[in-house]
Amino acid sequence: MSGNPPGTEAAGPSPIAFRLEPGSGVPTYLQLVQQVEQALRLGYLEPGDQLPRVKDVVGSLAINPNTVLKAYRELEHRGLAGGRPGQGTFVEGTLGRVGLPEQTELRRALVGWLRAADEAGLDADGMVALFSAALRDFTDSAGNGQPARPSQRPGRPGRSGGRGRGSAAEGVA
Amino acid sequence: MNAVEAAGLSKRFRRTWALRDCTLTVPAGHVVALVGPNGAGKTTLLNLMVGLTAPTTGSVTVLGGEQAGSAAARSAIAFVAQDAPLYGNLSVADTLHLARNLNLRWDQRRATGRLAELGIPLNRKVGKLSGGQQAQLALTLAVARLPELIILDEPLARLDPLARHDFMASLMAAVAEDGLSVLFSSHVVAELERVADYLIVLSRGQMQMSGTVDDLIAGHCVLTGPAAEADIYSERLPVVHIRRAGVQAHLLVRMNGHAEPVPPGWTAHPVDLEELVLAYLREPGASALPGPARLPGPAAQSDTGVAMLS
Repeated sequence: MSGNPPGTEAAGPSPIAFRLEPGSGVPTYLQLVQQVEQALRLGYLEPGDQLPRVKDVVGSLAINPNTVLKAYRELEHRGLAGGRPGQGTFVEGTLGRVGLPEQTELRRALVGWLRAADEAGLDADGMVALFSAALRDFTDSAGNGQPARPSQRPGRPGRSGGRGRGSAAEGVA
Repeated sequence: MNAVEAAGLSKRFRRTWALRDCTLTVPAGHVVALVGPNGAGKTTLLNLMVGLTAPTTGSVTVLGGEQAGSAAARSAIAFVAQDAPLYGNLSVADTLHLARNLNLRWDQRRATGRLAELGIPLNRKVGKLSGGQQAQLALTLAVARLPELIILDEPLARLDPLARHDFMASLMAAVAEDGLSVLFSSHVVAELERVADYLIVLSRGQMQMSGTVDDLIAGHCVLTGPAAEADIYSERLPVVHIRRAGVQAHLLVRMNGHAEPVPPGWTAHPVDLEELVLAYLREPGASALPGPARLPGPAAQSDTGVAMLS
């Protein structure tokens, strides 16, 4: 997702760079939070990595510094990042890093489900809707204490997740 | 500390009131957008804050009680007037030299460093710079004065999209580095959400709304439902703006701090900042001013907060 085309400005000390989807309807700070989580899941970020410096984010996206601070506070609150005085914010947690064999197995099961859904006449949006609804019911009933709440909004993570997974883990299946 | 405080602030030019009974408090540390259509009184309000004009009635102080226009206020505020006025015949270096000698506080290294980063040559005549570069030079002069508050009048109005983005990016970087407060006026409503976290809406010389963007968004919602029932709710709820088609109506409703139950058959949606601002600008009579009670006076027409619907 941060595949920098040639000719981008000098990057900061962080392995990732943020981008914004202005029309997505997701608040800006939440977009930053989700992108960090996404990068953690996909292995772009590991514990000890530095998150983009506030000044760099602000200078490339032209957004309010308070928005970046709010996102980093939220990540600290979720136990994923921590501030080091005078240095910046660093990754401290990990997110659901399931081993590769398990991921492959889960993915195979999912593809089977997708095929069944397709045969039943469901299109891609319908599958996402159904999956999101089921996921919502599942997290509501079972894992109350599990992941942080605000990011697990119905719809959104499913969509952006689909895109990222497609690009990064295509070879796994 | 408050960046700006105004009480009953009014300004009359001959027989016309450019600004009327404006009372507001803006805490420091925000990026404030002052929004309104042309002729709403934005420039007048900014000039009053900077001390370039004296109020007809009322008062305005900045940065924790300094009288607007006083020496202390002037040295702590940088003001970039509309269209970034600069001397076109001077070189960039001469412009810096001039500013350095006209200001008590001045950081030359900061100024030259910024210009080098932006690739603006010091020997170029200011008049030969592009519009975006001129705006950046004006911002550089403002930042090098090491202000606590930067006030900008329509900084984006004449910039192309790329220059606009770069200008805002370097303004926000200055905010991140120095922790200063920013107040800028704009009649461009789109894209404010990225930058501003505090909003003041001005219309026909009167304040309609002011507050943090989060509070304003949380304080409003859109109700969508059958047009036939719209009138019932528009009487009962503080409706800012109403849009109706044959069968369906959208009501932009102000929730006075308490969540109204959504009427059966209606759905509630969160409001988008641009939608909210446009709705208020379309209804100059509507106002949502939180905080202190309105001053007794001529501004009674808007204290119900309900727009009169045709």
